Amino acid sequence: MPKWGMIIDIPKCTGCYNCFTACKDEHWDNDYPPYSAAQPKHGQFWINIDTKERGSHPFIKVAHMPVLCVHCDNAPCIKAASDGALYKRPDGIVIIDPQKAVTQKKIVDACPYHVIFWNEEKKLPQKCTFCVHRLEQGKTPRCVQVCPSGALIFGDLDDPKSEVYRILTSGKTEVLNPELKTKPRVYYIGIPKHFIAGSVVYGDMDECAEGITVTLTERASGKAMNTTTNKYGEFEFDGLDAGKYVVQLKCAGYVAKTIDVQLKTDNYLGAIFLSR
Amino acid sequence: MAYSTNGEQVFTNCTVGGPVYVYVKDGRITRIEPLELDDDDAKSWVIEARGKKFSPPRKALLSPYTLTERAKIYAPNRLLYPLKRVDFDPKGNRNPQNRGKSRYERISWKETLDILCSEIQRIHTKYGPGVIASTASSHHTWGNIGYRHSTYFRFMGILGYTYCDHNPDSWEGWHWGAMHTWGFAWRLGVPEQYDLLEDALKNTEMIVFWSSDPESTSGIYSGQESTPRRFWLKDLGVKMVFIDPYYNFTATNFCDKWFAPRPGTDTALAAAIAYVWMTENLYDKEYIANRTHGFEKWRDYILGDDGGFPKTPEWAEKETGIPAREIKALAREWAKKKTMLAAGGLGGWGGACRTAYGTEWARMMVLLQAMQGLGKPGINIWSTTGGAPFNANFLFPGYAEGGISGDALNSAAGFQMIQRGVTMAPVTSAINNPGGQHMPRILVPECISEPPQEWRGKGFCGASTEFQFKKYKYPEDGFSECKMFWRYGGAYIGTMNNTNRWVKMYQSPNLEFVVNQSIWMEGEAQFADLILPACTNFERWDIGEWAHCSGYIPHNSYQTNHRIIIFEKKCIEPLGESKSDYDIFAMIADRLGFYDKFTEGGMTELDRVKRMYEVTDLPKHISWEDFEKKGYYVVPLPDDYKPTPALRWFAENRHRDTPDWGPVGGAVEGLPDREGNLTTQTGKIEFESESLKRFDPDDPERPLVPKYIPSWEGHHTKELYEKYPLQLISPHPRFSFHTMYDGKESWMNEIPEHRIKAKDGHYYWVIRINKEDAKKRGIKNRDIVKVFNERGAVLCAAQVTGRVPPGVVHSYESSAEYQPIGEPGESPDKGGCINLLTNHRFMSKNACGMAPNSCLVEIVKEGA
Repeated sequence: MPKWGMIIDIPKCTGCYNCFTACKDEHWDNDYPPYSAAQPKHGQFWINIDTKERGSHPFIKVAHMPVLCVHCDNAPCIKAASDGALYKRPDGIVIIDPQKAVTQKKIVDACPYHVIFWNEEKKLPQKCTFCVHRLEQGKTPRCVQVCPSGALIFGDLDDPKSEVYRILTSGKTEVLNPELKTKPRVYYIGIPKHFIAGSVVYGDMDECAEGITVTLTERASGKAMNTTTNKYGEFEFDGLDAGKYVVQLKCAGYVAKTIDVQLKTDNYLGAIFLSR
Repeated sequence: MAYSTNGEQVFTNCTVGGPVYVYVKDGRITRIEPLELDDDDAKSWVIEARGKKFSPPRKALLSPYTLTERAKIYAPNRLLYPLKRVDFDPKGNRNPQNRGKSRYERISWKETLDILCSEIQRIHTKYGPGVIASTASSHHTWGNIGYRHSTYFRFMGILGYTYCDHNPDSWEGWHWGAMHTWGFAWRLGVPEQYDLLEDALKNTEMIVFWSSDPESTSGIYSGQESTPRRFWLKDLGVKMVFIDPYYNFTATNFCDKWFAPRPGTDTALAAAIAYVWMTENLYDKEYIANRTHGFEKWRDYILGDDGGFPKTPEWAEKETGIPAREIKALAREWAKKKTMLAAGGLGGWGGACRTAYGTEWARMMVLLQAMQGLGKPGINIWSTTGGAPFNANFLFPGYAEGGISGDALNSAAGFQMIQRGVTMAPVTSAINNPGGQHMPRILVPECISEPPQEWRGKGFCGASTEFQFKKYKYPEDGFSECKMFWRYGGAYIGTMNNTNRWVKMYQSPNLEFVVNQSIWMEGEAQFADLILPACTNFERWDIGEWAHCSGYIPHNSYQTNHRIIIFEKKCIEPLGESKSDYDIFAMIADRLGFYDKFTEGGMTELDRVKRMYEVTDLPKHISWEDFEKKGYYVVPLPDDYKPTPALRWFAENRHRDTPDWGPVGGAVEGLPDREGNLTTQTGKIEFESESLKRFDPDDPERPLVPKYIPSWEGHHTKELYEKYPLQLISPHPRFSFHTMYDGKESWMNEIPEHRIKAKDGHYYWVIRINKEDAKKRGIKNRDIVKVFNERGAVLCAAQVTGRVPPGVVHSYESSAEYQPIGEPGESPDKGGCINLLTNHRFMSKNACGMAPNSCLVEIVKEGA
């Protein structure tokens, strides 16, 4: 018995929305009993892209984050449902029974990830099924089939030979809202956090300062990390949590510089001019 | 009852975004999935570079819009029956002023043919030849039989018509500019790309994407086939720099450094880069001496030794808004590393080529790379989209080779398909002929409403550089003015410039009769007197190769990872009373007495598909029965495939070894085919253009050496800029192909980068505005805003973003919907045709291209 799961490699997602358009093609006007009723043409996003924009011109980073039902092992929606309208299959997939779930709007409200949608016409909560009807035919889910960059990786999480197992055991993955203890079966690589960046300039020459050592120290822990500026004098520390930091710049022949940063959201410090 | 696939049939077909399997149950299409190759298909190429092996996925990587085909086929605004405008009476009052306002009534095909054919006869008898104007939209549904160069040209060529020549809307600056720098007329000024993927994987250290977003525009037609290649290059450590006023979608995954020049100042940035190279000796002097012409004159311009001022980075900073020190750093890194210039998405093209004086930008792109040794290993103009290993010896035509028309003047039919016998009766039109009558698409409204008109160059001037100098006028001596407009498709309000002009043209009494042959009720269709309902390529037979345009984009299937030829099967019956274009034209031809000539003795569309199969190289490799059964064929690469990188032959001054099909040798007729020659007069890359010297050496708007010329609508047009302080750019769209996949109540509308649903339930077109500009105007994310200037107003949904700098707004062109909230042509459009706002002025006096990216607007919060 496979235990299905998905890993989403965010840096590989190009935000093309093929997953979304293919999901609609698979489910619009198509019933797949007993797993799903047809998805309406509009208003439901069984998979969607959450675009995370960090920073602003001239220094910006944009990530595309596919979002779908994470098929929790400890699913709040199952607990909220009555009459066995929701159930977890032995292969890990969470299914809303399209007959038993009619009128149970509370199922929509129970999902902390907001990936269950209300079908007003059918009075039915609906969501991603991992395309279980296709898995039964030995196929992959539609979103995985059409992803051009391999950002969506699907497979048996318990199979040591599977790619998902290999990635999962590498320790690079994380889940959404682990504090909810929902035990999702969808894992992410590269969830954006915060950055501190800047552009260092030799103030006396007005030239980009390449190869400058930059040190970032977190006030609370005293933990420090180093980087060097690139051809444009730019440096960047990414993957930071909010907090208090110190940026130190050192370059022979120039006055060393220390900048305090109270990091709440991504912070591009702009041009930093070194003086002799 | 459990879901079952029993009774499901599977067909093959192809779209502008890739080949598909079509699942049909009970006469209805249920799913459309990507074509996947099996073990019996030809094997995939493997490229070895820097100790790694690279090979593509064995499935079609489709465009997102292809996966919305089903919504498009079953769209609520499909035209299912012939329609007549209720207050159009061909025998009485025609009420042209009501076009775009009146309702329609359903009529029979018989009544439709009665009206259409009696009108065709009436106006010809009354006015004479050339009286029918006609043109198709840029892009038709895929397939060599149904495409506009084929069925449409065959019918119209026999009928006789004044063709509204398409301007090279994606090429403009390359066509009117770069062609004078390095020839390539047969490619409209953009370069060959053969085998540059392997060259880049092996040799390139940096790629400069300048006005280039291949993740959005797919090169052209090739879906997302090139996406894995950019990840390979990234994994190899190739650095990627983006120059674009918009932090585009390709940048979101691959950008190491972003430069956002003020729109229209890209050429100033290019000049400053050249300045750094000249003053710091960072260029290939041997190449300049041996492979180029007229460098000194351009050097004098750049350094200010021509009596002007030096084009320093400090000067460019004031024009572009990019710090001088960063311009210098870019120039130095570019010169130090083996750098590919991805100028535009095709290797050529790009929004910067569609600005005022975009000619100068395209010319400078070639010259910058010439200074770095263009054609040497790892150094070229290449946009990561083309140049995969490609078998050019297998003959299968692209759509531009004319299909069943055999029209050698208006397609590439004369290259090989007529000789092969694709048709026994090739068509030529006495009117759509250089000696006949023409209209340029940019000036169609003026030709109709305010004749006479004059311009230079007939559409795509691919025959030779000199063709773009030839002067034309409308009406042509001895021909009739056009009184009837037969429009095929209806995209132009959403794709051309200043398009309230189109709306007003339709209401002109000069047009006595307007017919629209279309699949959907959208755009211009709602201005017709009579509407002929056509069907999609899923409802008829066809045959085509993925991404194979041919003609001016030869061998374009080198953008795809495998050459795939598809039998495009009729999956379902045409919806309602719609018909295939071929069948519509055959019915009309029957009434007008040329059925036999049009159908060549009654050939059906399927007969035409089989004939097309027979005259290609397919029968040598796969029987008709097997092709029919499998539905596609993958062209194998020869085992001893040897790459011939584009322009390496030129850099090394030897005879061309690439399979390109243009002429070799100088542009001057009779000049011997010498080794290593481009088709410029000197055979070299011309800093100083000899063709322009012959034509007009004193044209200040297209000088002999390319120069930065401030835009006729930009930050230097002071009065206008004070009134309309935002520069609008409107590039080709990411989530549609022109207007084809927009609107139609498709789920594409749900994508917030495409349209945004407002509280009133309407899906508004998106405009992107910088946070500071939005704040100044009290605009919040997803607010409905009015975007306007002297030419019109459009209601859009605001996306407040840091992906454009202050002073710049971005909104894709190509809304399919034109929905004026009041009087058509006079009121704001809530459909989203941002093109109402762009200037239709020629990019320069003698370069008759369009420049939508030179446009000033203001934005206010709607209801504020």
